[in-house]
Amino acid sequence: MAKKSTSMDQTTWNYAPSPESTSHVSIAKKYELFINNEWVAPSTKKYFPTTNPATEGVLAEIAWANDADVDKAVKAARKAYKEVWSKLSGAERGKYIFRIARMMQERSRELAVIESMDCGKPIRESRDVDVPLACNHFFYYAGWADKLAYAIPHKKPEALGVAGQIIPWNFPLLMAAWKIAPALAAGNTVVLKPAETTSLTALKLAEIIKDAGLPPGVVNIVTGHGDTGAAIVNHPDVDKIAFTGSTNVGKIIQRAVAGTHKKTTLELGGKSANIIFDDAPIDQAVEGIVNGIFFNQGHVCCAGSRLFVQENIADTVIRKLKARMESLYVGDPLDKNTDIGAINSKEQLDTINRYIKIGKEEGAEIYQSNCKLPTTGYFCKPTLFTGVSQSHVIAQEEIFGPVLTIQTFRTIDEVIQKANNSPYGLAAGVWTDKGSRIFNLTTKLRAGVVWANTYNKFDPVSPFGGYKESGFGREGGVHGLSAYLK
Amino acid sequence: MLSNVRIDKVGVEERVARFQTRSIKNEAKRQGLDMVLSMIDLTTLEGKDTPGKVQQMCYKAQHLHDLHPGLPNVAAVCVYPTMVSTAKRALEHSSIKVASVATAFPSGQSTSAIKLSDTKFAVEEGADEIDMVISRGKFLAGEYTFVFDEIAAIKEVCGKARLKVILETGELSTLDNVRTASDIAMHAGADFIKTSTGKIQPAATMQVTYTMLMAIRDFYDNTGKMVGMKPAGGISTAKLALHNLVMVKEILGDPWLSNEWFRFGASSLANDVLMQIMKTETGLYQSADYFSID
Amino acid sequence: MEILKTYKIYIGGAFPRTESGRYYPIHNHKGEVLANLCLSSRKDVRNAVVAARKAQGSWAEKTANNRGQILYRMAEMLDGRKAQFTEELIKQGANKSNAEKEVQAATDCLIYYAGWADKYQQIASSVNPVSSSHFNFSALEPMGVIGVVAPQSSSLLGLVTMTIPAICGGNTVVVAASEQLPLCSITFAEVVHSSDVPGGVVNILTGKTSELAPALAAHMDVNALIAEPLGELQKPIALSCVENLKRHYTYQKPIDQGLQFITDLQEVKTTWHPIEQIGGATSSY
Repeated sequence: MAKKSTSMDQTTWNYAPSPESTSHVSIAKKYELFINNEWVAPSTKKYFPTTNPATEGVLAEIAWANDADVDKAVKAARKAYKEVWSKLSGAERGKYIFRIARMMQERSRELAVIESMDCGKPIRESRDVDVPLACNHFFYYAGWADKLAYAIPHKKPEALGVAGQIIPWNFPLLMAAWKIAPALAAGNTVVLKPAETTSLTALKLAEIIKDAGLPPGVVNIVTGHGDTGAAIVNHPDVDKIAFTGSTNVGKIIQRAVAGTHKKTTLELGGKSANIIFDDAPIDQAVEGIVNGIFFNQGHVCCAGSRLFVQENIADTVIRKLKARMESLYVGDPLDKNTDIGAINSKEQLDTINRYIKIGKEEGAEIYQSNCKLPTTGYFCKPTLFTGVSQSHVIAQEEIFGPVLTIQTFRTIDEVIQKANNSPYGLAAGVWTDKGSRIFNLTTKLRAGVVWANTYNKFDPVSPFGGYKESGFGREGGVHGLSAYLK
Repeated sequence: MLSNVRIDKVGVEERVARFQTRSIKNEAKRQGLDMVLSMIDLTTLEGKDTPGKVQQMCYKAQHLHDLHPGLPNVAAVCVYPTMVSTAKRALEHSSIKVASVATAFPSGQSTSAIKLSDTKFAVEEGADEIDMVISRGKFLAGEYTFVFDEIAAIKEVCGKARLKVILETGELSTLDNVRTASDIAMHAGADFIKTSTGKIQPAATMQVTYTMLMAIRDFYDNTGKMVGMKPAGGISTAKLALHNLVMVKEILGDPWLSNEWFRFGASSLANDVLMQIMKTETGLYQSADYFSID
Repeated sequence: MEILKTYKIYIGGAFPRTESGRYYPIHNHKGEVLANLCLSSRKDVRNAVVAARKAQGSWAEKTANNRGQILYRMAEMLDGRKAQFTEELIKQGANKSNAEKEVQAATDCLIYYAGWADKYQQIASSVNPVSSSHFNFSALEPMGVIGVVAPQSSSLLGLVTMTIPAICGGNTVVVAASEQLPLCSITFAEVVHSSDVPGGVVNILTGKTSELAPALAAHMDVNALIAEPLGELQKPIALSCVENLKRHYTYQKPIDQGLQFITDLQEVKTTWHPIEQIGGATSSY
């Protein structure tokens, strides 16, 4: 019953829950391995559960592939490469990949819902960012399949053969797209292992691949844990390893293939600097900070996790940032109003909390928003630390969560040196109104991606990858093809 | 006083897009719709206005949809100075306010003397609120002091009437200009800053409203003084109105969610809101046939 | 009883008749009338150019990805109607096998260029290492409104091969269809019309090449003209193009597909912006 409101009433207006419907979504109780377009039981008959990090409930049982299963998959990929895929024209390969892209578009809402349930990210991100980018990635690379001669001029482009691909849990479907699409366009076949906490959207993609009529064995999805990944890396008949994940595991992989014929590309961790100058558009810079570190709960390799703010505007920026944080809703990933979802796993939440503890012990000053966290599930409040300096551990090590460190700087020179003063070099952000300053920074920052007056923008045509220990190789654009061609 | 605030338009567009994906459902939607109704300035500002037209609109203002009792009233009606006395008579038993445009509305292209006497007339006729226009030509020519002084002078003449300052953002064209004009208006004494006259496009886009709400936020943080905001023109659907309220809530906070600090300048919005309210009550999508137009 | 199709022209997303009211018949090899086609006039050309100009700004401003998806949608629509196109080609004298090949080739051409939409810019643009402290880059921009004189000897594939690279690159087109084999051009307009292509991006006129080509060549608001060799018309057309310095390309048949057909209809824009050098920090370790 409505109340006549007068101008003297003090209103409180809270958003009601707005849950995304899950009734149209189908998740099987148990998933097998996807080899040769068939669902094959793991040879050990072992399965492991995948859980919803917001509810801690089990979503499905996932097959655990061992060395023998990986061998089966690689053999299937090799056979498909030799007998079918390498014999098709580029135009024919392209048509298959276009089909996959179009079918993903048709099923986009289901994919987004499952991604949020399995990964923890808010539905507004999986629906508006992850899934559209993943579909477009396939659409983009489909068009390269018959144009490889333009991609690498004066060289007859040849596929490498069988690509082994290992992807992380932070953008499960998108990372699958980033890996599979260019590999197929370049004429390779694929054995892909999704992360153990987020297998579901890769398995739904397998369903789409089968429905698209892709020849059997061209794409194989083998689920499992780190041992499954190791089996792929160590398999002698894999020509190429593509890995996205932590720097530590990247180094393990690089050591494992040293001395072999296998080519690698690695997309690893980061501790990217987000730099605000005093002539920046401040309110938009504050949005850029929020997008940089709280997007996807901070589970982003290129997250702007080190904020550098010019000292003469630091108070203003920090005040506005804190106010902005209060309007970030942390909660059920399937609620359309949620801005920050669940942390992907208990392990990761423990890691984040460990760093928060370190930050406090190191003497940095912590601030967290006043949001109420749900009582079940793995959640972390958006957090920032002020009074941070270059030598703090929290300013050096990748936390991979919604935790921002804030340092002040005085001159351009100083901030360039501090931004570069890291073993990482994945991305950087620059906020200023002066165009010539932007180009000065982009020239001197040692990072594979520099965002000027924006942050965390991705596009299939835009090459992405890091300097130094953030990895090597680029994904996206024409540059993304060379990783998969001889 | 003139802030050096720089605004990146693309960044604003992205921020606004986030507001547009807020999902307002169930009890939040019903509460929001009631708030929207209570914030409407029902408006008629046409060359062909007559006392009859104004009387009919004032009746509608008090009887939005009598089939459903208990709905809030609109905040005010908005008319030309020559129609103020008609409106006051028609609304004499109601708490709905009478707002009058003034200062050679809509163009503002006249002498200061005429604009002052235009305002005085409206105030003497009994207007509770004055919606003035700034001199856009002077603004674009860089004569900010002139613009400031003009607003301050009109404010003085308003007496007890609350002053809304119309920036006519469609003519200012950049968000930087909208910000500068907002700051000038607030420092010169505006009680409300308002986007548009409703006579040109674009009028109250979300980008412009966002920019003005942020200006109000900074002004409040710096001076402690609350200023109201009124988007006018182009908000014809309940959905858009709710997105605007989302912005008010998340930028300024719940204290601004009342018709003392936020208004919608609209003519056809009310009926769309009423249709949405009836949908929340009955579960059925509505037809315009069932809601009086006046 | 077959409901015979009325072949109207395609301008601004609508199917009007020629404003001149004139027609000409097309016959099959037995001398039977297949259809009456619009004998389009200079005024139809004028109207089409107006529509093309109106649509060009927003077509070019669509994202490259969006244009690619629209071209792919055209392939979906064309493939769905392949029986209709095959039959029309056979009516106009092709044998079944060649007709089927031609329709397949036209679909493949659409898919080929759908794949170029978001790629040609990366291949053909450059960052130029100038000797002053400036960021200098060259990028492609569509020329604008393109006049297309479709090949005479092909009812479908020729028109598609010439038109699609132009619109892939953000241009809009006014097409003079093959004079004696015009049927598929109008059915193709229906494919365009059902594929999310905004009105005015593709405009197709049927009629006498000797009337339509000169009208396109003389129009001051057409930015480029592409055609096969035009025989007796070649030199007069070339001279006519000079009036507004139309870019005039003559393609030898059979017309191929490739990046060049996109870039031929693009201008190159080079932009400079200063790079300030402050302090001693460099990008080296």
